[in-house]
Amino acid sequence: MSRRRLYDLGCGYRAGDKGDLADVALFAPDLATYDVIRDEVTASVVKRHFGARVRGRVDRYEAPNVWALNFVLHAALGGGGPRSLRSDNLGKTLGGALVRLEIDVPDELAGRQAAKPDVGWAVAMLRNVGDPD
Amino acid sequence: MGVRVAGGQGFYGDTPRSVAGLLDAGVDYLCLEALAELTLAILQKDRQRDETRGYTRDLPVYLHESLPAVAAGQTKVITNAGGINPAAAARAAIDTARELGLTGLKVATVLGDDLLARLDVVATQADLVHLETGAPFRDFPAPALFASAYLGARPIVDALTRGADVVITGRVADAALFLAPLVYEHGWAWDDWDRLAAGTLVGHLLECSGQSAGGNLSVDWWTVPRPWDLPYPIAEVEADGTAVITKPESAGGRVSFDTVRHQLLYEVHDPAAYLSPDVVADFTTATVLDEGEDRVRITGMRGRPATATYKTLLCHHAGWASEARVAFSWPDAAEKATATAAIFVERVRAAGLPVEEWCIERWGVDALGGPTVPPSTAEPPEVMLRVAWRCADASVAAQVAREMVPLTLSAPPAGLTAVGRGGNRPSELLGIWPTLLDKTLVDPFVSVTVEEVP
Repeated sequence: MSRRRLYDLGCGYRAGDKGDLADVALFAPDLATYDVIRDEVTASVVKRHFGARVRGRVDRYEAPNVWALNFVLHAALGGGGPRSLRSDNLGKTLGGALVRLEIDVPDELAGRQAAKPDVGWAVAMLRNVGDPD
Repeated sequence: MGVRVAGGQGFYGDTPRSVAGLLDAGVDYLCLEALAELTLAILQKDRQRDETRGYTRDLPVYLHESLPAVAAGQTKVITNAGGINPAAAARAAIDTARELGLTGLKVATVLGDDLLARLDVVATQADLVHLETGAPFRDFPAPALFASAYLGARPIVDALTRGADVVITGRVADAALFLAPLVYEHGWAWDDWDRLAAGTLVGHLLECSGQSAGGNLSVDWWTVPRPWDLPYPIAEVEADGTAVITKPESAGGRVSFDTVRHQLLYEVHDPAAYLSPDVVADFTTATVLDEGEDRVRITGMRGRPATATYKTLLCHHAGWASEARVAFSWPDAAEKATATAAIFVERVRAAGLPVEEWCIERWGVDALGGPTVPPSTAEPPEVMLRVAWRCADASVAAQVAREMVPLTLSAPPAGLTAVGRGGNRPSELLGIWPTLLDKTLVDPFVSVTVEEVP
């Protein structure tokens, strides 16, 4: 057993809103990883991870057909999109915040590393418009 | 025979430039999903200023792109761009068709989702309890600014049956825009729950435009082909409910197991009980098979009878907000931001300006991640302080912003205040009150009118 971030395991994420609820989906890259996150990433673990950002409860739903979990974070958006003072009033970044979570993983998953973004194509394009960086 | 439906718009503000690619690829129905909770609030502000507004203003642009294909018999357009004023949107659609010289087109308008004018009566018939907090309606901070029920696919099917080429609705549930043409074309029964669930999932997968075709993809996002030419998705749907999600071949983007499953769970709460006006769909029964070449097949969808209620959104005024931003560079950028925020808050207090709520964010430290950001010893090279506040009064909210300006010379060093640049007018905050309303209190008021472009 060792500790790894969900990000390092290659987990995907997407988040959205309904009123003051945030919906955060977590996608395992394969069935073996799904089995691990299903056991480790409980509603209470997620509630603790988000701390004061989530004032209400956290519900968890399983979608084994797509190797995924869906979390509903209650009272999580500062009152809801058109009412919230936050920059991220719709909670779109909460998916990224979720995969920062560290969990216990079996040894066969411990060597995983998330693929690193290669944006050479973007750097080249920006060079063409005169961006010195 | 499969029916080809496309998601040509994902929100108010989306680009109409993806429509041409969809029409070139050939679609039987172009569905334009224009509304979100936030959008209704924006449209409400628009309608407050001008009673002829309240629909998404870019509708004529979308129709300019698509109506020639409609007139040529190649496609039909279904949209909820009517927002909180579908009748005005339909007038705009007819005007657009006339400008294009397309007489004879049939434009249908679906009314009845808007409860505002009769909310007082509805409140005597239903409890209108807040869906999330359980608060009773007597706690609702009146007056209501909009009150809209999420209608289903039925009135759209009615419009299509009556020969409509363009269907304009108000707050029809997003996925129902796509379900309707499938019900109409395949003749699905209103109690054929599995088929209705399959069509609802198709709609859910298409309603956010680029999000099924490589947009907002969290894994391998940098490998999406030509992301500046991201297409919007198309579904080919068979009579048995089997669907293939795909995209125009010539465009960039990607349709894969990952892009489709990302959208499958987007904002669904319980995926085993996705509540739509027409069916309770179980998204966990779907088999999602990536066939390669940007084709993902969905089979096996199951559904259960719809509930007796429509989700309904009420909206109320919730104060005034404004904000200020200050950038700090190394050294000690985070500490300077923290100190400046405290100094600002104290100056506002000393000025006697009542603030009901503060939001203090340090971009570059933990503005977005909050408590999930692990403690770090590394010093950020730069930090942007953003302070937002809520006041009961708009002019007070504006005066608060003024208190940041002197800190340019009178706070920790090298603050670059952004206040005043581009104006910083307070914006109105709106509260959303979600509730459930018995369908019998809505359905008798739903109507469909079909008008021919003269």
